[in-house]
Amino acid sequence: MATKIPVENIRSILATDCGSTTTKAILIEKQGDEYRLVVRGEAPTTVEAPVEDVTRGVMNAIGELEELIGRKIVENDAIVKPCKDNKGVDVYISTSSAGGGLQMMVAGVIKAMSAESAARAALGAGAIVMDTIASNDGRLPHQKIDRIRKLRPDMILFSGGIDGGTTKHVADISQILAAADPRPRFGVTFSLPVIYAGNKDARGIVEESLSKKTALTITENLRPVLERENLLPARHLIHDQFLEHVMQQAPGYKKLMEMTDYEIEPTPGAVGTIMQRIAREKNMQILGVDIGGATTDVFSVFQGIYNRTVSANFGMSYSISNTVTEAGLDNVLRWIPFDMDERDLMNRVKNKMIRPTSIPQLLEELIFEQAVAREALRLSLIQHKEMAVGLKGVQKERSVSDVFNQKGSETLVNMTTLNMIIGSGGVLSHSPRRNQSAIMMMDAFLPEGITQLTVDSIFMMPQLGVLASFHPAAAAQVFDKDCLIYLGTCVAPIGAESDGKKCLEYKLTMPDGKEESGDMVFGDLRVIPLGVGESAKLWARPVKSLDLGAGPGVPVEETVHGGVVGVIFDTRGRRPFELPSGKSERVAKMQRWLTAMNAYPKY
Amino acid sequence: MGQAYVPGLKVSERSIVHKERVLPLKGEIKVKKGDAVQAEQVVAATSLPGNVELVNVVNKLAITANELAECMLVKEGEDVSKDQMIAQSKGFFGMFKSSCLSPAAGKVESISSITGQVVIREAPVPVEVHAYVEGVVEEIHQDVGVTVKLQAAHIQGVFGIGGEVVGNICVVSRGIEDELVSREVLDEHKDKIIVGGAFIGSEALKKAVAVGVKGIIVGGIDAKDLRDFLGYDIGVAITGSEEVGLTLIVTEGFGKINMAKKTHDLLSKHNGKKASINGATQIRAGVIRPEIIIPLPKVEESKIKEAEVKKDIGMAPGKLVRIIREPDFGSVVKIKSLPVQLTTLESETKVRVVEVEYPDGATRLVPRANIEIIEL
Repeated sequence: MATKIPVENIRSILATDCGSTTTKAILIEKQGDEYRLVVRGEAPTTVEAPVEDVTRGVMNAIGELEELIGRKIVENDAIVKPCKDNKGVDVYISTSSAGGGLQMMVAGVIKAMSAESAARAALGAGAIVMDTIASNDGRLPHQKIDRIRKLRPDMILFSGGIDGGTTKHVADISQILAAADPRPRFGVTFSLPVIYAGNKDARGIVEESLSKKTALTITENLRPVLERENLLPARHLIHDQFLEHVMQQAPGYKKLMEMTDYEIEPTPGAVGTIMQRIAREKNMQILGVDIGGATTDVFSVFQGIYNRTVSANFGMSYSISNTVTEAGLDNVLRWIPFDMDERDLMNRVKNKMIRPTSIPQLLEELIFEQAVAREALRLSLIQHKEMAVGLKGVQKERSVSDVFNQKGSETLVNMTTLNMIIGSGGVLSHSPRRNQSAIMMMDAFLPEGITQLTVDSIFMMPQLGVLASFHPAAAAQVFDKDCLIYLGTCVAPIGAESDGKKCLEYKLTMPDGKEESGDMVFGDLRVIPLGVGESAKLWARPVKSLDLGAGPGVPVEETVHGGVVGVIFDTRGRRPFELPSGKSERVAKMQRWLTAMNAYPKY
Repeated sequence: MGQAYVPGLKVSERSIVHKERVLPLKGEIKVKKGDAVQAEQVVAATSLPGNVELVNVVNKLAITANELAECMLVKEGEDVSKDQMIAQSKGFFGMFKSSCLSPAAGKVESISSITGQVVIREAPVPVEVHAYVEGVVEEIHQDVGVTVKLQAAHIQGVFGIGGEVVGNICVVSRGIEDELVSREVLDEHKDKIIVGGAFIGSEALKKAVAVGVKGIIVGGIDAKDLRDFLGYDIGVAITGSEEVGLTLIVTEGFGKINMAKKTHDLLSKHNGKKASINGATQIRAGVIRPEIIIPLPKVEESKIKEAEVKKDIGMAPGKLVRIIREPDFGSVVKIKSLPVQLTTLESETKVRVVEVEYPDGATRLVPRANIEIIEL
């Protein structure tokens, strides 16, 4: 880490975020008494051969920034510090999620028991399970060892035996793992994380075999007794280990560490800092999301409790194919307002997967990617709800019969009491029209009642998160002035009615005192313009079959906030929200809704 | 000069390739440093102890444990074949004898007169590692393996399935735009690595498996055909362990896409030569792309190194690039200029672009992120 200059002397801050796909650079400078965003540049992240060095992407992003601002920041391949004679910057900071998704191997004693529990814990934590190794999986030891080496997992979860049971098979598996001497994906800077969540009596044996060769951590047994499964501690540990060991690391990471003035933070950690700040300052229940190329991170603050999940394999580039596979092609296609050839569409998904840094040039490609984004967001929220069940360690037991029923403990996430959704990440921050971000989040999250919608203007929350750790004032000023874009407010009653039937009457008292009133029919969308910084008084009464949060048929009165989109009345239904099953009817509806949102120039 | 956005895949006429070949367990190294090795040659081997079969002889013969020794027909350490009689009871005045057969071929490991059990150890399981490439042993990794070094034409594909195979190259499609169809896959292609042009369909794939083709190199394939061929959809691009009867390397992408001329020319130049190919792909940070390695006669190394140092990944007018996104996906064009300003695309996205020139002289603006540099 470089020598720091005193915080009070900082006038110019360069901050990068190395995502799995794109590296973003922003320049923040003191203008008069306050810090403001000056310029932004980006370049693809360089984790592929022949470069295989994340700092090259950083330099490329800074290069773009230099071209745009017309001033030198880098000289002889090094960032000039401190800023002098209009050259260089005072501080350089970075966040990283360049390591990408999470691919795990799991191991257990019995394939249908502990190994299966381990696989479920890994899947629940958002990982892809590359292979399951068990004593009785029919493979010879050397075949198992060979497999571990060839697959290069990011992490191994290892379970086996009930507490107090035999330790012999656990010892056998740990011997296999030790013999494989698994190497991490990214060279020598860290050891491969291995989590042991098996028979507590075998912990000593496992430690003896694996503690020197791997980054071993031990947690509660996944199956302490035969008829009880206890997945949550392992899931949380997988999550923590992923953030600590895998996600931020990438080829060249060590070099990046030497370049920065403050410690590199994992992107979700930095974004989480900002999300918590918003919830605290605004005293709101919030739901935040950062959708990236390999992962989608979801943040929530409900009842004052902060939760963060990283869905390690839902994303828009490296993970696009997995997102489509998990969601099902039909679920993606339902959001597209025209007919698409399935064969062609599958090719497009795979081409994005193999060349993850490309961007949609044609409108139909943009619409398709935004359809995938809706599914990545939807699936990530499902995963978040499952894990956001209160404080860590407070959990309910599940019996064997529950094992196949993935409904866990009661989630804290409540879409009716939710006050604000905050979107971040390339597909939300860089959508050509902000209206697209609004409809994507509405479709994916299905907010209920009255919910404010916002996005990160240019996807800079990660950088502001790390800036807040040493210069909270600068972070706050940039956040308030340049970061958060208010899209507007979504008003969506819960319940269903017959299509086309009157379901809601409303009256908006606008800032100038004028009244906008009207009726909504079921299955419709309507946008009433209300500008950024403006608010209006809303009175709305749903019909008896619908609920705006106050009860079925009960009117609500509330102040609603405007934004670049406005106030959006969404009477398309909640619980259930349903799209027509017939193709032509579905396409017609999508076109009507997207037209109401002014989402695209044509279809 | 603009910075590189997407570095291209390697299509190198001559590179120095190092291949580490390692056993899953400790074993014996079969070669010495400096030895010339063939691709199929075993460079390291080990053997795993065979499975154990426990035979409860006393139960089968209805005798007591202390009678076991006199009923045994084989001794400890003796080899036995499957169904060979290993013990026989004395019977009643030589009549009504019971016998016990060996359940497996192997060696008699122990005969216990306490438990009455006989342990048959099956033959050891040999585990071998082949050189995979034709070259010279550069380094010995004690007890575990070797590194083989060679000079080779080295081509990276964009995506593949299946593991390492070695075979002779046979260029079937003469044009980069040709589809490799099933009638072109012949019996004589058995054990060969066949090269197509722009596309292969599911019928030709199935025919290739039936004929016994070892590998296929082709410009494009439909994702749907690949799913049908594999029997499942690939969610995350981590491949190499598929056992589908052959190794497939796609050089350009999904859909019908002309194979890059340089790739096709290089493969055609080495038509008939032996090549080592591996479809293993991992598209994530620390990426692995499929590879085609064609060993070449050695030349002075300094010349190769010089060529590698000169390699740069910057974008500059005059450079050849490939468009990697619709429209015109797969087209090879020349950079004309690099405008600094953000440009609005049809999708209304504002991005930095590059002006490219097509072979017919037409020009167009393409997002910088949507081209890859063709590595020379």
